[in-house]
Amino acid sequence: MTPEEIKIKDKDIHAFLEVFDDAKSYGNGILSGKKISIKDNMLFSSHKASAGSKMLENFTAPYDATVVKKIKEAGVIIVGRTNMDEFAMGSSTENSAYGVTKNPHDVGRVAGGTSGGAAASVASGMCDMALGSDTGGSIRQPAAFCGVVGLKPTYGRVSRNGLISYVSSFDQIGTVTKTVSDAELLYNVIKGQDPLDSTTISDDTYKPSRKFLKVIGIPKKFVESEGISDEVRNNFAEAVEKFKSLGYKIKEVELPNLKYALPVYYIIAPAEASSNLARFDGVKYGLHKEGIDGIDDYFETRGAGFGREVRRRIILGTYVLSSGYYDEYYGKAVAARRLITAELRSLFEEVDMMLTPTTPSPAWKVGEKSKSPLEMYLEDIFTVHANISGCPAISLPSGLAGKLPLGIELTADLGREDNLFAAGKDFMGE
Amino acid sequence: MNKEKVLNLAKLARIKISDAEAESLSHEFDSILDYVGQIKNAGFKVQDLGLKNEEKFPIRNVLRKDGEPHESGIYTEGILAQAPARDGNYIKVKKIL
Repeated sequence: MTPEEIKIKDKDIHAFLEVFDDAKSYGNGILSGKKISIKDNMLFSSHKASAGSKMLENFTAPYDATVVKKIKEAGVIIVGRTNMDEFAMGSSTENSAYGVTKNPHDVGRVAGGTSGGAAASVASGMCDMALGSDTGGSIRQPAAFCGVVGLKPTYGRVSRNGLISYVSSFDQIGTVTKTVSDAELLYNVIKGQDPLDSTTISDDTYKPSRKFLKVIGIPKKFVESEGISDEVRNNFAEAVEKFKSLGYKIKEVELPNLKYALPVYYIIAPAEASSNLARFDGVKYGLHKEGIDGIDDYFETRGAGFGREVRRRIILGTYVLSSGYYDEYYGKAVAARRLITAELRSLFEEVDMMLTPTTPSPAWKVGEKSKSPLEMYLEDIFTVHANISGCPAISLPSGLAGKLPLGIELTADLGREDNLFAAGKDFMGE
Repeated sequence: MNKEKVLNLAKLARIKISDAEAESLSHEFDSILDYVGQIKNAGFKVQDLGLKNEEKFPIRNVLRKDGEPHESGIYTEGILAQAPARDGNYIKVKKIL
């Protein structure tokens, strides 16, 4: 598709915040000719990057993010920047300051989020692949809602240099593609240690703890206790049978603390956000609103630049970090995080992967869950464990509920993306 | 939670919000804190994690030596061009004292 054709097709979907008229090929490489979209929180030199926020409406990137540099070197064509929930806070792109992205399978429904634009751009055929970011499921959930493949790599596998921060200890850049083979291809291009991100790891950081034996663990009690829809329950059962028929051994497993992953997430995420987003002060870059004096400029700028959900999370984060509540909330959450991580990693000494649905239900109607923030938060129940532990996870399209796509999710031990690719290709028949 | 508490937190976070928003946030926070608060009584203690987990799944810190800076000034213009107000190669701010 030409930029003009993408713009016409995108009118009903709104996957893109900007389609680049000057999109060009970056030459020969492993991804030559591949059209790729980038999420609006990744810096692409001399182009706007707004993180879906009014705060950065006119921000122009002064340099390339490491991932952008790497895909250029691989010869891609960057077609545009995609819509997202403001500062990657949300589960549906309804929190974008620039309007919601619609699901290509039913434009009355959300595409998921926060990388809703990325998933919709691939699902609708407007590009071949997309770069998204995943802090609590932001690649995997929209991939499931849009019927495409979404990969969140191991924490540290992909450099975050040039990614606008939300929760620095959870954020990870990953891929949205049509096939698992494409996910592997793009992942191999963007991964690697980077001197500009000290949290990046090498291929040898995490050695396999066991030989890959096609053993999948299912936390049955956890999956069944979390209020999943009938369509998801049936679809998940079919996926389990399919893995069995492909020669995989299914083992029922129990992770007693997995149920705390979501509460832990919604304490640590706002806490880190309140600290990370302190940088938006109307002084260094971004929006500036005049107040009566210097400090009042902060109040005016931040009140006007941040949308409702961002204000909510910053203020909530301020609360859980404030003296008197720090131990009760943040301190407990950090302890629980390490326990959940240890539990998961011990599990991966017995099984190669864990299988769950990606989401408790298919895509909801636009506006359906906007009234109650907590109701929206609960949608992340099956994805946050991967960010809390740093483990890699992939969402695979697993069928339809009516015309709406559903997804299943495989999680593997730290550094074991290879297991996800092997099982993913088996499942997809690639 | 109540409106006054939320207004005070917003003040600490340097965000201007209306009374109406503070009021509605206080109710939202009640339900969110009620949900996330379930970890308070789940018995998680940092000291309980024990050395066993530490040895098995260590957390490493990564440091590097200072050095190998990029060529001086190559990003100056691109970065300063984003500042709301500048004076030459300085970011301009309001008088503090």
